[in-house]
Amino acid sequence: MSNSRFVIDGKDIPFRPGQTIMDAAMAAGVYIPHLCHNPDYASTGNCRLCLVKLNGRYVSACTQPAIADSQVDNQIDEINQQRKTLLQMLFVEGNHQCPGCEKSGRCQLQAVAYYVGMLSPYFTHFYPRRELDASHPEMVLDFNRCILCGLCVRASHSADKKNIFAISGRGMDSRLVINSTSGKLGDSNFSAHDAAASVCPVGVFLPKHKGYEVPIGQRLYDREPIAQVGDVAHPNHQRDKK
Amino acid sequence: MNRWRDIPQRSDLLLQYLIDIQQRDSCISTESIQKLSTELAIPAAQIKSVIEFYSFLHTTPRGHFNILFSDNITDQMAGSRALMRQLCQQLNVRQGDPRADGRVTVDTTSCTGMCDQGPALLINNFPITRLDSKRIELIAQLIEQDTPLEQWPAEFFEINDNVHRADILLTHNTEDGDALRALLEEGAETLLQRIGDAELRGRGGAGFKTATKWRLCKQADAAQRIVVCNADEGEPGTFKDRVLLQSYAAQVIEGMTLCAGIIGASKGFIYLRGEYRYLLDSLEKELQRRRDAKLLGNNILDQQGFNFNIEIHLGAGAYICGEESALLESLAGHRGIPQKRPPFPVTRGYLGLPTVVNNVETLMTACQIASHGSDWFTDKGTRQSAGTKLLSISGDCQQPGIYEYPMGTSVSDILIDCGADGPQAVQIAGAAGQTLCHREFKRKIAIEDASTGGSFMVFNRHRDMLDMVQNFAHFFAHESCGFCTPCRVGSTLISNLVDKLYTSHATQNDLRDIERIALVMRHASHCGLGTTASNHILDTFNNFPDAYQRRLRSTEYTPAFDLDLAVCEARAITGRDDDDAHIVCPPQEGFKP
Repeated sequence: MSNSRFVIDGKDIPFRPGQTIMDAAMAAGVYIPHLCHNPDYASTGNCRLCLVKLNGRYVSACTQPAIADSQVDNQIDEINQQRKTLLQMLFVEGNHQCPGCEKSGRCQLQAVAYYVGMLSPYFTHFYPRRELDASHPEMVLDFNRCILCGLCVRASHSADKKNIFAISGRGMDSRLVINSTSGKLGDSNFSAHDAAASVCPVGVFLPKHKGYEVPIGQRLYDREPIAQVGDVAHPNHQRDKK
Repeated sequence: MNRWRDIPQRSDLLLQYLIDIQQRDSCISTESIQKLSTELAIPAAQIKSVIEFYSFLHTTPRGHFNILFSDNITDQMAGSRALMRQLCQQLNVRQGDPRADGRVTVDTTSCTGMCDQGPALLINNFPITRLDSKRIELIAQLIEQDTPLEQWPAEFFEINDNVHRADILLTHNTEDGDALRALLEEGAETLLQRIGDAELRGRGGAGFKTATKWRLCKQADAAQRIVVCNADEGEPGTFKDRVLLQSYAAQVIEGMTLCAGIIGASKGFIYLRGEYRYLLDSLEKELQRRRDAKLLGNNILDQQGFNFNIEIHLGAGAYICGEESALLESLAGHRGIPQKRPPFPVTRGYLGLPTVVNNVETLMTACQIASHGSDWFTDKGTRQSAGTKLLSISGDCQQPGIYEYPMGTSVSDILIDCGADGPQAVQIAGAAGQTLCHREFKRKIAIEDASTGGSFMVFNRHRDMLDMVQNFAHFFAHESCGFCTPCRVGSTLISNLVDKLYTSHATQNDLRDIERIALVMRHASHCGLGTTASNHILDTFNNFPDAYQRRLRSTEYTPAFDLDLAVCEARAITGRDDDDAHIVCPPQEGFKP
């Protein structure tokens, strides 16, 4: 046990060498908003929602190693406003229709948006045209909601050892692609039991043959805010009972 | 043509193979992808994802003559857009689409590094500069006659160095091997100390101390270390590395070899931007000449075990690959996505090996310091910024070209030397740099003041600064790698809002949005591209508010839905762009076109 500590918003946080600010905060029960981070996989730092100030300097908490005796600002208005802008960017980039979405109430994007107080997407929508992939017998992929967090890419690579997913293109043309001859999920060796199937923080992966089993309004984030229940892939305590 | 045929297939050469295929076939076909996928055991989707990342790679054929007009603001100021329209008209081809007979494609590309002799274009990766209407006419004829490029007039392809001011770096030539002999006689520690004493800082713009970087890499625990020369000179308005690689390559390569000898590296790479492919042959020849002279290769200068070999890797049209961790990804054959840090390249770089990445000018300067001593360097410059700096000067001045100045020289002195007539602004350090206005011209070129990697673009008082802003906004939207949210989405949002402003549809509220997005990009982006991509916006907001204000509509808000924009697809389908095909809103009070 190490004695190293740092401070987030006035609260003392212990950490072990090698832990990031996010690791240490999560272990101490301090919520830092995030989408692309999942403790099971190496963090990449692409969504930037975990923006914090480390001794006055902006860093992403999921990639920045904790530093002893440092001061981290997390829940301050200046950062919250910028997180709101980042979320608005994600909302206008894709096609997110919360009211009818099967993932409503179990979607981290929606839950974090509620948490930071984002009331509208605000910016002009891009309305990209993205095709669904319904070729797999067990799973539909709805790319409209993809936020390019790369978690399915990482899970398929490191947990499933299948490398089914990749990010292709550049800039605004970046997109999630399937590694199969036809580019369709049905032609890959994907299974609904893959780790990659259950890491999506939004609603790209939709299981077939069932839907709305838990009514909207009674789901994970409908009951309690994300700061208390945690990630959809790792809820602190499972309330979203089947 | 296949540069790699004599060595075993390596997956890290994927990008290099793709570049060769693109050059040979004018596109990368599904069959080629499948073949590479089998040979290299890389999934086809991954190969496609690499192709889609780089602007110079395509899965559908380009024209037999593939023409790309350099689209930097300095090219535009010199009339490049009108010349491109002229060429498109003469060839009867639409921008971006291959002509039906497959003969030719005409399109634009990011700055090709020929700003001192623009407007410029690339034709099948070879630059033609000093374009004018007459030259365009000749080009159109040669294309219609299907004249092979080798038979085109040689003067088309002449590239001038345009060195107008030389100081210690460009005048003190070293004898071949001087720096390496100093290394062998005096030892690595002495030489590293010398570079440290010279206070040499990276010349690419970041200004990290070179000796510190080398020492960290030397200390990293590993069996092999790597030296990389960053010749991905993509910052718009910068072209000094082009001149160094064309006329001072021996010293650049000796600088790499010196670094290798000091840190104990046996392998090196020159990452040469695709736009500078025309330098590939001369660089390969220089490498061979140095191997023959025992200045490179195995047992350099007959020192047993002093082995260092250099490979040249080409880029393929991606500005982001100038960022060192993205460059290392690209070297490994991947998409050029910047990596999180730590770990830093000095401990985990190319294929996980400790790697020094240095700018071309840094390596050449290190080579000279090794021969001439640290005082030779520190005698010039300021206390915090030793030595001299090469500037690439372009834009509204009589003598664009390369100028070497002692650090600490004021912007106003430089403007006088290059013959700038009535300058209102200088963009230093490229599109990602700072926009200096008249009252800042007394500032000095130095790390501690106006820091620059070398770009120096001059704008005279007749220029509309919003032209520059729009050019840079489009540039960053095009070059963002797409990895992180603020840069990927923010750069496009800004680009769209600047276009809205440009057509006089924007309101005061849009300006507030632009600023909000620009600040989030600066604070929250993952890498240096994202954090600097909105500098030009924030600087011009401060320095040139009129450029924005006079384009505004008087209203506070406008609808997000733009009726005219909504029918743009219909216009494209019907091939119409006449006045009747546009829905024009009546001008508002205060509207000044």
